[in-house]
Amino acid sequence: MSNAEAKKSRPLSPHLQVYRWPITMTVSILQRVTGGALYFGTLLLAWWAIAAAAGPGPFSYVSWVFGSWIGLLVLFGYTWALMQHLLGGIRHFVWDFGAGFSKSSRDNLSWANIIGSAVLTILIWVVALAIR
Amino acid sequence: MRTPLGRVRGLGSAKEGTGHFWHQRLTGAALAVLAILFVFLVIVLAGKPYPEVVAALANPFVALLMILMIGTGVWHMKLGMQIIIEDYLHGGLKIVALVANMFFAVAVGVATILAFLKISFGG
Repeated sequence: MSNAEAKKSRPLSPHLQVYRWPITMTVSILQRVTGGALYFGTLLLAWWAIAAAAGPGPFSYVSWVFGSWIGLLVLFGYTWALMQHLLGGIRHFVWDFGAGFSKSSRDNLSWANIIGSAVLTILIWVVALAIR
Repeated sequence: MRTPLGRVRGLGSAKEGTGHFWHQRLTGAALAVLAILFVFLVIVLAGKPYPEVVAALANPFVALLMILMIGTGVWHMKLGMQIIIEDYLHGGLKIVALVANMFFAVAVGVATILAFLKISFGG
């Protein structure tokens, strides 16, 4: 057997694709992705605050951008990212205290994270648009 | 009076022990409360005319909430982004990214706090 063939036939350690995708993996990835999105999303908050401090002209411009369909879409995504990350943080607090580590608890916490963030996001927008 | 062993115990090679982990949790817990209050504020202020928004933001309790939230927020996000950078970037690029992360967090934090202070003091 040549050296190259010997290398090829060596057993490889199992990697991502051989496992059934667990929901805990999804929420773990979402926690990092939403964290990264919120990092840059802070610029929107900064822009809004600075425009409010600068005067009515700049503020009405920012309000117009946020009120446009693309602005509303970004803010809707921002709301979801915030809720997903916030509930994910609470999920991590539960695990930090050593609770919720059984197979069913892990999965339930993860699903509660995903469903909870979707429900809260829609609820926030329904209330915000209703009292507007 | 602490022995040399007592001083280094639990601090690890980075010499700060669990400081990063602990601050991430501490700021996270604070933000869980502050962010919910912030969402309520935004719901109330959405679509309101400029004078009303500025009057609300000039309220001392609202200003306090906003300044606490942005201060805690940029600290939390600096810690989080640091972990992402340390996971994916290596060598010189990592150092540059870590410095940029710190500068970004401080710049965004200070600029936004300055804006809220300006509104508070009616300037």
